[in-house]
Amino acid sequence: MCSKAKEKGNCLEYTDSGLPKIPIEFEVNGAGFEKKVDPTMTLLQLLHKELKLFGTKEGCGEGECGACSLIMNGNAVNSCLILAAEADGAKILTVEGLGRGNELSVLQQEFIKHDALQCGFCTPGMLMSARSLLDREPDPGEDEIKEAIEGNFCRCTGYVPIINAIRSAAKREREELK
Amino acid sequence: MSEKKLNHIGKGYDRAEAQEKVTGQATYVHDMEMPGMLYAKVLISPHAHAKIVSIDCSEAKKLKGVKAVVTGKEACQRVGLYMVDKNIMAGEKVRYQGEIVSAVVAETEAIAEEAVSLIQVEYKPLPIVDSLDEALEAKTLVHQNLHTYEYMEGVFFPKKDSNIASWNRTKKGDIKKGFEEADHIFEEEFSLPAVAHVPMETHVAIAQADPYSDKVKIWSSAQSPFAIRQLLAKSLGIAKADVNVIVPYVGGGFGGKAGVHLEPLVSVLSRAAGGRPVKLKMTREEEFNTLPTRAEMRASFKTGMTKDGKITAMEVYHDWDSGAYADYGVNVGKTAVYSGAGPYTVPNIELHSRTIYTNKVFSTAYRGFGHLETHWAVERHMDKIAQKLKIDPYDLRMKNLLRPGDTTISGELIYPTTGDPVSCLEAVSKEIGWTGRKTEEERKRELETGKVRGKGFAMLQKAPAMPSYTSTAAIMQMDEDGHVKVMLGAVDFGQGANTIMAQVAAEELRVPVKDVEVVWNVETDKHPYDWNTVASKYTFMGGNAVRKAARNMIQQMKEVAGQVLRCHPDELTHGEGYIYHVHQTHRRLSYVDLSMGYAYENGNGIGGPLIAHGIYMASGLTNPDPETGQGRPGLVWTFGAHAVDLEVDVETGEVDILKFVSAFDIGKVINKKMVDGQVYGGIVQGVGSAMMEGYTFDEERKLLNPYFGDNRIPSSKDIPREIKAIYIEEPETAQVDGPYGARGIGEHPMISVPSAIGNALYEALGINFHRLPFTPENVSLAIDKYLNNDESK
Repeated sequence: MCSKAKEKGNCLEYTDSGLPKIPIEFEVNGAGFEKKVDPTMTLLQLLHKELKLFGTKEGCGEGECGACSLIMNGNAVNSCLILAAEADGAKILTVEGLGRGNELSVLQQEFIKHDALQCGFCTPGMLMSARSLLDREPDPGEDEIKEAIEGNFCRCTGYVPIINAIRSAAKREREELK
Repeated sequence: MSEKKLNHIGKGYDRAEAQEKVTGQATYVHDMEMPGMLYAKVLISPHAHAKIVSIDCSEAKKLKGVKAVVTGKEACQRVGLYMVDKNIMAGEKVRYQGEIVSAVVAETEAIAEEAVSLIQVEYKPLPIVDSLDEALEAKTLVHQNLHTYEYMEGVFFPKKDSNIASWNRTKKGDIKKGFEEADHIFEEEFSLPAVAHVPMETHVAIAQADPYSDKVKIWSSAQSPFAIRQLLAKSLGIAKADVNVIVPYVGGGFGGKAGVHLEPLVSVLSRAAGGRPVKLKMTREEEFNTLPTRAEMRASFKTGMTKDGKITAMEVYHDWDSGAYADYGVNVGKTAVYSGAGPYTVPNIELHSRTIYTNKVFSTAYRGFGHLETHWAVERHMDKIAQKLKIDPYDLRMKNLLRPGDTTISGELIYPTTGDPVSCLEAVSKEIGWTGRKTEEERKRELETGKVRGKGFAMLQKAPAMPSYTSTAAIMQMDEDGHVKVMLGAVDFGQGANTIMAQVAAEELRVPVKDVEVVWNVETDKHPYDWNTVASKYTFMGGNAVRKAARNMIQQMKEVAGQVLRCHPDELTHGEGYIYHVHQTHRRLSYVDLSMGYAYENGNGIGGPLIAHGIYMASGLTNPDPETGQGRPGLVWTFGAHAVDLEVDVETGEVDILKFVSAFDIGKVINKKMVDGQVYGGIVQGVGSAMMEGYTFDEERKLLNPYFGDNRIPSSKDIPREIKAIYIEEPETAQVDGPYGARGIGEHPMISVPSAIGNALYEALGINFHRLPFTPENVSLAIDKYLNNDESK
């Protein structure tokens, strides 16, 4: 992994494969960034190592648990499976961008009200999968909610409060639109 | 409990830290970076049992960016709580596939990983102890020097020249006589595989070892900072005062982070790297391979019954496959001594609980430890006895459940305020609509339709398994503006216990909950002592300590206020932020005026900053008698029952859980939102153990499924279609010595979920399952066997 970097005598960067870096431009939570990234760097690593945004979590690094879910160009994705280079031109929304100014979003408020979190480690990813669902379906049924968060493991809550929170947030958001 | 009105207890307040967790602000050790921080990676053994002939680290050391390479030669210190049987790193031999044999510290994780791949280890494979029976034969020993190990004497009983880490016993009454009195004797065996805890945040620790002194600072994703301090100091031979353990937000524990794990290793690594902070984070695969599990277990029951369904005698063997190490595992085994026969009156019993070494990944505490396992067996066993005796399983249990005046298998007397299993069973069977078993004919007819329904239920109980002298403490301080800060050494890793503590403090001080802050980031240098955050003890013990601290703070305020108001402190009462005279209520002083001591108009000051403390120590507990297991190990019992209604697809073997009902004699619900969270989460975790989870090994005892793809946990689609929780809060049976009558509830919801489902599967299919999990494959195979008229009945 570091062989080329070794030849250069520099292997200080975690994701430095030694391959030529790729320049990318992207937006995270409304702010624009320009970075040169290693072709092997994942989007999750880009957030952690370059942007120092740690709200998005890593639960497995293999796309199985959903802890690293975020919204990229309108779709919920596992950021551990996306290369940073793929984010060129992308609009990304992470948990840090969910609130409205200094106020919590309806979805965040409902997560608190229904106690849809315990340890909190799956929560950022869970919120993003829920946000993506509500963006495409403002009135989801129980099965649709379960389907939308199926890829987000939670070991604490048994999912019941999460499902209730999402349903309740959907209702409030619909009412606010009226 | 008491007649007076409660203002905050029983109210569903929001979780105190929720806002930080929904905004991505909550910081976990996974997220932490320190100035000058280095990264570690470990090399694990590919062999289950092998002698380490040589380790060549020379190539790894040459790699640029590598700061240190450490092997078992350097990290040879022993570490352990109950059975000190583990080295920080494998020494002369490896005892399980996944054991750490070497570690590299480097500038980046990538360099560390590459360096690890350059380490050459020569192994000489040894015969593998791969099953309980093989282990009991003792032809090959996992630990040759077991008899030389340090352990908690009088509580655990290792056997020299064997693979038995501890053999604990219960002997009550006379089983020979009991079996003679029986009309029928039933013998059966049940088992379940090892499973993983799966906290969403894998184990991770950062250590910074001061190169100029013995001091070491640890940041860890852990449940028990004080246990880590104690065990780390002992292991490294340094003073406890030199160790500071800091626990920020923790991404789940479930017992898997209860003991000491990566912390001693990371401390050694930091020292080897010249004292720079070193971070070691487990990958998910390493979490499965290297970190401990819940033990595989096998239970054998022999039970004597009268023909009308009263238990006369039991002879029980609980054999725990603890894997390569049994440090915490022996304490899991010990729980069977007082709880391993269920919540029943058993007049004559001989119970053996053996924690056994094999060459597999080792075991530790896991939510409700010892109890999900023993209750899987005992509750299936009771159901089968009912089948054989042709007694309704509800009636059979009612005839044998513990009631006030009875004694447990370890001789503990049941008081009315110990709790009431009977009302739990009544509640769940009513809610699920239990009306008795199906007939054979009904079952056969339904089988032909391709979908079969079945209902079942199971009992559960647990009391904390902890040293008899376990204690905790709370410190309470008031700020100048009347806000209150509470500090406890126990960790809230998601249970919501810190929110509960704020409610308790607010209740006693009669202030709004928002004015109380329980201080997060437990730090052993600052927070008061707590033994371990385990055993569903935080609300009970911590709640009692906070209550005492608050009462002490009130007393301090009354004593100063009494001087100012010119009356005896006993004439004063408190509320709404004031200390005031019970009758002439206008004679009053505000908390704010007393918070830093009272200042008279002329400048004189009396009193001082308000700081109170409260302690709680487990009361009246004893170690079980070494020969008979008799004693009082259970501080607080919580009884409960589950009932389930499910449907099985005969073709595919898929099980659809339609409804799950649970009742607990919880005594008092302090915050229903938090309690519901424990119950839903526990049930679904139990569903995981029942339906899908389990380690599989190849013949070399290599773990075949160290990843979610083949060893996953329940998703949102695997949960019961409906969950109903019932809380019994009867003043007559509430816990008089608990906070407002409350008992622990954290672990209990998970216990007996598999047995309730197993019993419902019998009702649906007429098939008795003896091993977990009920995967579609296992259920389908059993149905095929049954339809081909095999012996599965």
